[in-house]
Amino acid sequence: MDIHEYQAKDLLKRFGVNVPRGGIAYSPEQAVYRASELSGDKWVVKAQIHSGARGKAGGVRICADESEISEAAQWMLGRMLVTHQTGPQGKLVSRLYIEEATKIAQEIYLGFVLDRKEERVVVVASAQGGMEIEDISANEPDSIIRSVVDPAVGMQAFQAREIAFSLGLDPALIPQAVKTITGCYRAMAELDANMVEINPLVVTQSGEIMALDAKMSFDDNALYRRPEISELRDKSQEDSRETFAEDRGLAYIGLDGEIGCIVNGAGLAMATLDMIKMAGGEPANFLDVGGGASPERVLMSFKAVLNDRNVEAILVNIFAGINRCDWVAEGVVRAYKELDLSMPLVVRLSGTNVDQGRRIIKESGLPIITAETLVDAANLVVNAWKDTKPAQKGAA
Amino acid sequence: MMAILIDKSTRVLVTGLTGRIGSFHTQDMIAHGTNVVGGVTPGKGGTKHNGLPVFNTVKGAVAETGADLVICFVPPPFAADSIMEAADAGIKTCVCIADGIPAQDMIQVKRYMRRYKAEKRMRLIGPNCAGIITPGEAFAGLMPPSIYLPGRIGIVGRSGTLGYEAASQMKERGIGVSTSVGIGGDPINGSSFRDVLELFENDPDTDAVVMVGEIGGPQEAEAAAYIRDHMNKPVAAYVAGLSAPKGRRMGHAGAIVSAFGESAQEKVEILSEAGVTIVPTPSSFGGVVEKMVA
Repeated sequence: MDIHEYQAKDLLKRFGVNVPRGGIAYSPEQAVYRASELSGDKWVVKAQIHSGARGKAGGVRICADESEISEAAQWMLGRMLVTHQTGPQGKLVSRLYIEEATKIAQEIYLGFVLDRKEERVVVVASAQGGMEIEDISANEPDSIIRSVVDPAVGMQAFQAREIAFSLGLDPALIPQAVKTITGCYRAMAELDANMVEINPLVVTQSGEIMALDAKMSFDDNALYRRPEISELRDKSQEDSRETFAEDRGLAYIGLDGEIGCIVNGAGLAMATLDMIKMAGGEPANFLDVGGGASPERVLMSFKAVLNDRNVEAILVNIFAGINRCDWVAEGVVRAYKELDLSMPLVVRLSGTNVDQGRRIIKESGLPIITAETLVDAANLVVNAWKDTKPAQKGAA
Repeated sequence: MMAILIDKSTRVLVTGLTGRIGSFHTQDMIAHGTNVVGGVTPGKGGTKHNGLPVFNTVKGAVAETGADLVICFVPPPFAADSIMEAADAGIKTCVCIADGIPAQDMIQVKRYMRRYKAEKRMRLIGPNCAGIITPGEAFAGLMPPSIYLPGRIGIVGRSGTLGYEAASQMKERGIGVSTSVGIGGDPINGSSFRDVLELFENDPDTDAVVMVGEIGGPQEAEAAAYIRDHMNKPVAAYVAGLSAPKGRRMGHAGAIVSAFGESAQEKVEILSEAGVTIVPTPSSFGGVVEKMVA
């Protein structure tokens, strides 16, 4: 789960990380008022969306007076901000963060990730801040400093000192840097974050170390024990199709195609999408119904898939281990009737209780296309989908 | 016959035995020949569950039954603790089914297991996996045993259902499985592809291996290096997620492309360069394996 910059700063502050003073605003008037509460002669208006690279998209504006703040806020609020991380549809700006502007002497990159090779938290830092880490590793690979944290004892001060000295920081700044680096690690460990990224971490002209931006992402599997983090979820930043599915316990990812998919098992679901592509179609979604799927759960999966208006055909692919094909078949038949399905539906069942499952589909008398193998299923659904199209140029 | 990790003689202990999932699958395991010696549910020690003795602690169960393999059906919030308990009780192999263990808990588990010398260290399979099966002998997990034919091909994969797909396609062509191992879909897991490939390479009952990979993480690339430098047995591999968008988590917590070398295309290339036979589609496991062992 991702959170906004202002939320991440608020959390990190509690762990001793220094951040600029700022306040949240939902309207241009509030933005101006927030600035008036802050000292200084320049302010930064920052669009709060779950994406980096906001600056290039116009989502970060430095303002020198009230009218500039108001104008920037007016422009940002209600806008679908498009960055290279949001996809072409962009993300809705409904909150702004107004900060006092900082006079920067030096920019640093500081990141904390769960490294899958080390199977530990790894700190990544570079004196080349301000750029994205991908660009730093492409252009300045030698500037990257890595440090692995032993989970038995957590991050030690000496490790933070080593990083700080490697960054070439002034000796007078080392205690502040150690506090910042160890604070971020503690925030990550104690809040079950997957990732903490401060880019840039700056040294100000007055000699302070400060997080100018902050990004945190959290482990969904640990949210049950972090209620204060769960509350920070902002559904307006999610794909509404995914919100619907997630709130009903289904693993769903929205894609851009026309063929809806209902599959059990994440690996088989990925493989099914691959097969649809190879058969010449485009999948509309990834959906894993999970183990022990009841007829109700299958029905709910159909609702989740049909939330996507682009869906024009559906493929159900089940290899039942802990699932039961008869339950799935019952769910499919119910969905067909209750949701008044009028698009092509291909069902492939295999595994536990497959004969009962196939019989239920057959005896329903519904125009459901059945397949025995995954390759047949993918070809059948793509062909059935193409048949629904009025003859197009180039079509036979 | 041994194959790897489990056979008829393996003494299996079930943690989370008295739960709904644990109860159900334990019955199935026993029905297919698995030597289940008991279960652990703290607070229910001294009672019986479906005829099996229940213990309060893994150590207590090991002392009474001589168990050497734990199948863990404990729910995700408590699973890490249960795995560490098994490691400390001298269990040889622990198979963990739980889907949803926090990543930081798994970091702790992996760190904890290093307390023991390599020869005394427990082998962890999973979490978030379907388990392990030596067809015709015994199994510890959730898989439907009827789709596996006993034989001489090893299977190792992240995904349970794709492993079923491979096994059933092989069965249709009369090709059997020595042992099938699910290593699970989590970003931080117990045994890696490389670890299991090494077991198969050294197993006299296995002639070749089918590997079922997916997007995300470095383990397929590590496996490729091991295959190239140390394996004599042929390996075929499928990698799921060719159409997965970058940066999106595809169901499995670990199935996300976040670094160079983690996409399906890149993994296919790396494996192919290491001499692995690529299974191009999830429908061609049977055909590819048949050719490979011909």
